[in-house]
Amino acid sequence: MNFTRFGRPAVIAVVAALALSSCAANEAAPAASDAASTLTGTLTGAGSSAQGSAQEAWIAAFQTANPDVTVNYDPSGSGAGRATFIAGGSDFAGSDSYLKDEELAGTFAACAPTGKAVDLPVYISPIAVIFNVEGVKDLNLDSATLGKIFKGDITTWNDPAIAALNPKATLPTTAITAVHRSDDSGTTKNFSDYLNQTAPDVWTEKPGDPFPYQTGEGAKGTSGVVDAVTNGTGTIGYADASKAGKLGVAKIKVGDKFVGYTADAAAAVVNDSPLVEGRDASDLAIKIDRLTTDPTHYPLVLVSYALVCTEYAKPAQGELVKAYVSYMAGTDGQSVAASAGGAAPLSADLADKVAAVLETIK
Amino acid sequence: MTTTVARDTIRAPQRAGDRVFSTATVVAGSLILAVLAAVAAFLLLQSLPAFVATPADFNGDAANFWAYVWPLAFGTLWSALLALLIAIPLAIGIALFISHYAPRKLAQGLGYIIDLLAAVPSVVFGLWGIGVLAPLLQPFYTSLVEWFGWIPLFAGPVSGTGRTILTVSIVLAVMVLPIITAICREIFLQTPVLYEEASLALGATRWEMIAMAVLPFGRSGIISASMLGLGRALGETMAVAMVLSPSPQVIFALLTSQNPTTIAANIALNFPEAHGTGVNILLATGLVLFVITLAVNMVARVIINRRKAFSGAN
Repeated sequence: MNFTRFGRPAVIAVVAALALSSCAANEAAPAASDAASTLTGTLTGAGSSAQGSAQEAWIAAFQTANPDVTVNYDPSGSGAGRATFIAGGSDFAGSDSYLKDEELAGTFAACAPTGKAVDLPVYISPIAVIFNVEGVKDLNLDSATLGKIFKGDITTWNDPAIAALNPKATLPTTAITAVHRSDDSGTTKNFSDYLNQTAPDVWTEKPGDPFPYQTGEGAKGTSGVVDAVTNGTGTIGYADASKAGKLGVAKIKVGDKFVGYTADAAAAVVNDSPLVEGRDASDLAIKIDRLTTDPTHYPLVLVSYALVCTEYAKPAQGELVKAYVSYMAGTDGQSVAASAGGAAPLSADLADKVAAVLETIK
Repeated sequence: MTTTVARDTIRAPQRAGDRVFSTATVVAGSLILAVLAAVAAFLLLQSLPAFVATPADFNGDAANFWAYVWPLAFGTLWSALLALLIAIPLAIGIALFISHYAPRKLAQGLGYIIDLLAAVPSVVFGLWGIGVLAPLLQPFYTSLVEWFGWIPLFAGPVSGTGRTILTVSIVLAVMVLPIITAICREIFLQTPVLYEEASLALGATRWEMIAMAVLPFGRSGIISASMLGLGRALGETMAVAMVLSPSPQVIFALLTSQNPTTIAANIALNFPEAHGTGVNILLATGLVLFVITLAVNMVARVIINRRKAFSGAN
């Protein structure tokens, strides 16, 4: 033990002299007392494409602050990201859904035998219901009506169900074209989950990445949906709120009021939602309260997680993950994500909880 | 008679260049076979798990692999067929105009422009389809459904964005137009001048001359050009994935929001988020596309060989 304490600086000196940087310096990282600029090494992550643009911005900023660290993030999709992380192909994963119980029961190749994997919320994105209907600027919808529109039960804009919710609007007789994602997406899953929980009689299908019904119109990716809604007539769709642009955005019914999306309302519902039960205290998987009746909440949100180990098989990677994820979930990282990806920053409470868990990572 | 000759055959002197060149051609020729075999082997091995996949592995509610792939295979053939229906008459017209009607200077320029179309990347066609063509056609589709909705092909409800299989077929038709036109033009230009002059001398008008001499001569060329076009239409990925509003069903209606999608577009859409058995299933659909393309090409060969005798090409 003593030998390693003294040996390590010696090794660093020799290695520095030989100008061979990465490996041996990596070993030294845990010994360093104040983190930031002394970090070196390569960090690999994979997963959620919803986090993609935020990850790019985070990586750019983090690598500027820590020039000797290389961070790679492959936006291969949440499912693939979880599989890679479980198999040990990456140091952390981005995922739009938290780890399932059966996944948690298994082993994680990157974690030390005494460690386990936990879910940390790092990215909140409100999902906007966008529409393009001639002569209609404001639209109020409750979840049953929204569900019927996307399921194809309501086919024209002047349907009595829509008219009842929008007494002031002049609704045209135009047919409704409901646009959904044609590729698998966490956005679809959260949209489905919201409808399935708030209007179970209408939206009977269980939430999943593909759109569950064979109705309406499909479009590729968020930009495809936004394009289709913009260029079409009588169209309605759902997309990450940051991409809504100049399109009309529907307000959804929460309690007795109609609520439009705001970053604060999205952060608020996540903050006030309970954690998933029966998990370790360090696991911050959130059971989003879709049924909330508080009008300061906007329950149609997507929460994306960073999946990390509480204890890494390689302590050096633990240090890197700790530093990087702390940055992501911190104030700076959240404001970077807000400007790059249109995310809603984590509430202070939740950010503190995430920081507390990150403190314990080894 | 060959045996007697073979015995005292005088061997041609073999120079280094001959040997290098013949080896090079043999290698190049067998490389094609090797690559094809490698692709086929890869697809077969990777797609094996898909054939025993459980219903839970499939997107949508397909019960097994064949139920999953059938609408996709149908969509692939259906969109390619529609594209060819639009492209072939147009291509023959353009080719005839260039070869027999247009003044020489104009014909050359026009030929270049058509060839230029082939150089446009398919993603650009996709953007054009989604940004220009679909919104342009949508009002037209609306009135088509209104007036001719009683024809099953034009049944409603009309798509509000115009991103239907007909739009896709028009985009595909524009994409396969250059290759069909270029080959047809070359074939028509090869019509023996004696035939043409003979029919004109017998009192045929220009149209009659084309109908009697040029088209029969070029028939096998037209067919093989169409098959090459079909090959491109079957495999087209990006333009379809971007323009089409897909739905995994067999539907004949051309103007609604639900359209059968193609195998290639389906792979492009779902591969990025696929994992586990999902990847194998997508690769297995790729194998099906591979087989379809192979079959189409073989049928084309048979047709061309059968027609060869009557075309005058020999």
